[in-house]
Amino acid sequence: MNKLIPIAVLFAAGALASAAAQSSSGVLKTHAASAAPQMLVGAHKSHGAEAPPAALEGLPRFRFENFTTANGLPDNHVYAVLVDGDRIWAGTENGLGLYENGKWKTYTTSDGLAHRAVLSLALDKRTGDVWAGTMGGLSRVSGGRIDSYTQLNSGLSNDVVYGVTVEGENVWVATAAGGCRLDLHSGQWTLYNERNTPMNEIWVYAVSASPAKVYYAVWGSGILEYDQKTGRWDKYDDPDGENEMVLFKDQGLIHEIVTSVSFVDNILWAATYFGGSRYDGRYWHNFLTKDSGLPSNFINTIKGLDANRAWFGTDKGLAYYDGVNWAVYRPSLTTGKAEMTVRDAKGNVTPVVVATAPAHNYVLGIDFKGDDIWVATAKGLSHGIRQP
Amino acid sequence: MRVGLAAGLAMLAAAFFAIAIWPAMQRPARAASNGSDEADYASPLEVLLSPDGARLYVLCQQSEEIRVLDAASYAVIKTIAVGRVPRGFSLSPSGDRLFVTNSWDDTLSVIDTGTLAVVATWPVGAEPSSVVEDRGGKRLFVANRISSDVAVLDAQTGAEEKRLLGGRGTSYLALSPDGSRLYASHVYPNISPRRAGMENRTAPESELTVIDAARAVVADRMKLDGVAGAFHIAFSADGRLGVVAEYHPKNLIPLAHLEHGGAFAYTLTVFGAEVGGAVEVPLDELERYASQPFGVAIAPDKSRLYVTIGGSECVVVVDVPRLMRFIHAHPRPATGSFAQELSASGNYVVARIPVGHNPRGLALTADGRKLFVANRLEDTISVIDTRANRVASTIALTGPKAISPVRHGEQTFYTARYSFQGQISCSSCHIDSTFDGVTWDLEPDGFGRDIVDNKMLEGVKDTEPYKWNGGNPNLPTECGPRTEKYFWRAEQYDNRTLADLTVYIRNMPTRPNRWRAAGSEMTPAQERGRALFVRAVDKFGKPIPEANRCSYCHSGPKGTNQKLFEVGTRKATDNSGLLKSAPLTEIALTAPYLHDGSARTLEEIWTVYNPEDKHGRTSDLTKDELNDLIEYLRTR
Repeated sequence: MNKLIPIAVLFAAGALASAAAQSSSGVLKTHAASAAPQMLVGAHKSHGAEAPPAALEGLPRFRFENFTTANGLPDNHVYAVLVDGDRIWAGTENGLGLYENGKWKTYTTSDGLAHRAVLSLALDKRTGDVWAGTMGGLSRVSGGRIDSYTQLNSGLSNDVVYGVTVEGENVWVATAAGGCRLDLHSGQWTLYNERNTPMNEIWVYAVSASPAKVYYAVWGSGILEYDQKTGRWDKYDDPDGENEMVLFKDQGLIHEIVTSVSFVDNILWAATYFGGSRYDGRYWHNFLTKDSGLPSNFINTIKGLDANRAWFGTDKGLAYYDGVNWAVYRPSLTTGKAEMTVRDAKGNVTPVVVATAPAHNYVLGIDFKGDDIWVATAKGLSHGIRQP
Repeated sequence: MRVGLAAGLAMLAAAFFAIAIWPAMQRPARAASNGSDEADYASPLEVLLSPDGARLYVLCQQSEEIRVLDAASYAVIKTIAVGRVPRGFSLSPSGDRLFVTNSWDDTLSVIDTGTLAVVATWPVGAEPSSVVEDRGGKRLFVANRISSDVAVLDAQTGAEEKRLLGGRGTSYLALSPDGSRLYASHVYPNISPRRAGMENRTAPESELTVIDAARAVVADRMKLDGVAGAFHIAFSADGRLGVVAEYHPKNLIPLAHLEHGGAFAYTLTVFGAEVGGAVEVPLDELERYASQPFGVAIAPDKSRLYVTIGGSECVVVVDVPRLMRFIHAHPRPATGSFAQELSASGNYVVARIPVGHNPRGLALTADGRKLFVANRLEDTISVIDTRANRVASTIALTGPKAISPVRHGEQTFYTARYSFQGQISCSSCHIDSTFDGVTWDLEPDGFGRDIVDNKMLEGVKDTEPYKWNGGNPNLPTECGPRTEKYFWRAEQYDNRTLADLTVYIRNMPTRPNRWRAAGSEMTPAQERGRALFVRAVDKFGKPIPEANRCSYCHSGPKGTNQKLFEVGTRKATDNSGLLKSAPLTEIALTAPYLHDGSARTLEEIWTVYNPEDKHGRTSDLTKDELNDLIEYLRTR
């Protein structure tokens, strides 16, 4: 495992840069966001004279409108997106953007934001407060006021905050030096690291919390599970250990380098840089490009909708899995043109003609507004408007 | 010279007198649940009229009860015991329930106004200070001063739904007349972001937190620039005019320059459709300040606005149409504040009605003809005839008539009568006998020199010497010559007054620690922190010199060995780096920290301001260990 870390670090550190380089090479030029959101209609057409594939029925189709700096987005590198009623928050490399009533407003360090680069976002649905994990601390946006917590002024374990979520009175945080929890009632910070959990590495990328369980995605140390009732920790590792080959595909977590977790309906969805996993508490099911509709095994983010359906944000496009079939939305990797492909249970892949695609195929964040999807990419923010 | 010598001898005599009588003053007649020796006084803090105007409810903070009076005859109908140190109350819209916040036991008493009995007691957040029910009777909102939030409760069961982030020291609530918006004010300023070189030199800033009552979320925050503490909020009946009473300290100039423009402006911020953008207006007059405004009420016909002035012992009457004319006729300053214009109030203040000691809450009758004012430190209710602008009668509440030394000391603490132009009293900076969260330039030793953080007074007994530099050997010196000479710039205390003031301060009870309930065991994190606090060896096995251990300087029950140390926090603007080890009493509440308030949080004491390990050996600690140490300190 250790020998892999430098490679993976390079992936992580250089991901945005490579994505940007890819786009600057012109491959994606067609789909770089224009000054105004693309207002295209007719998202889906049947493929020539062929009837739409059966798998397409039930798979969502979207018309994507893309936002960039040209129409007010603070920066084109968008790490995270959060839907908050009619408001959309975008965590970018150069500020926290708020899209409201058709206009963007940008919050920066001069407004109290901990750092200009916003890596993660979470909504406290009860209070409406938004929590922003940044490269320089954790910020709380409440009624327009921003309070920031750093490793110097608070109990926060580290200023690089990759992930954040709110559950009840607790804010759970994933940082470059372990996980931590802020109790909003008492103000107490509790840190989780190699000293008090079975965490081998402390580079924690994401967190997902429910009243019963909390899951940390640890970069190089699998998944940590915290039982809120007992206070006990459990750990899920790749049964293949440090072997990059998948010897036992569905016998455990697909890989130790976990980038994202999503716990919904008692199902744990996990993303790694080497495939995806689904765990129902007893059985694991893993997803690889070779035997699923995943466009890439390099998965940045995952969002479970329920026990059977999930969205995957990869370096090669946005993917949806409905429990049987897959759909991929992206600018073509070769032509840059918008494309959607559908893969059915038998492995048949059918292209679907579409006119729009997410702003970029390097997807870092996903959130939903009703049937619509919002996608954070390395080259803009995309609003997928569900089509009938 | 002779006069000076005589004055000096008098002060010395006063000091000895005070010391001599301390033991006698501390004999309790009957202990109150808050630890005070003064249980028999009622100390009316707030008043309320029933919707039909037939009853007057009086919240008596010291006797910890609600007294129900007939609003016409003023006869007592019933006295209802509530929880510890009640601070705020309100009626449900229908008037059938009275809610009382008990600030020291963190509960809410629910009183059935039909039976006049407590029918429920619900736990709430830390130091609940006021409560409001929404129009639909669905939710209760409770302002929690220590946790600085507004708790949202189910109005029928008391179950807490959530807490909304307030400003610092969330204390007073008011619902807009249409019931759509709830406004919360705060008695301490928000902690300002750290700015290099300006850590201890910022003007305070507070806010009015605006809550969407239907959704129970924070909808907006109205900034109150320059304001350290804000108190009661009121609305006109049509909802077009809102007002909040507030203190606006001038902390960037030496406090001792009282005669050169004052240490405070006492102001109102008025807002709403009638005003346009919010604007701050002073209540002070050129040579007569309105020290410590607290309660506000607007006449039903919006002709007058009444403000209780706690330190000036009066009610200020503002002519609302004239105030509006002033606001609209004068170019609004860029800051939105007229606070510095001492001639402004002459345009709209039409009367100052003398009332009793430390007037606080007030209530207007539905026809606006009578105004009831609670005189907290006199156990009376002034009944003001609003047409004549004079006190028509005074309701004396049942209780001791004699003024005890502690009571007299408290009156002295709260009155501004001793200071130049009646500008300030001890309570201007020690809000409700605590602190104000403001850093001050106290001494006349040059602008910007020796900036000091204001400190908590609770538990100050037996922690001499006083001042950060330990310059005052005892409380009579601290409260007498120092205060008279440097701050008041006016009348000196007589011997008895100084003695009583120091007795009051020495007897000030300490509120319950919210991080460690009495008798309860410490949490594992607190225990680990305690071990770090008392450790004599660092993590590398090296002995920590005695003077560099937490438990050496911060020893004893109050966390101070009362000696002076150099802990590496001296700034270029400090005259000396030698500082008294600060007591740790209620340390969790009193940010900012260090002598000059440069550390905004406990963490910053060590993460930012202890680079050489002079303020305790801490550089060997991991982040989680430092967190443990802080968890322990919060129990002190």
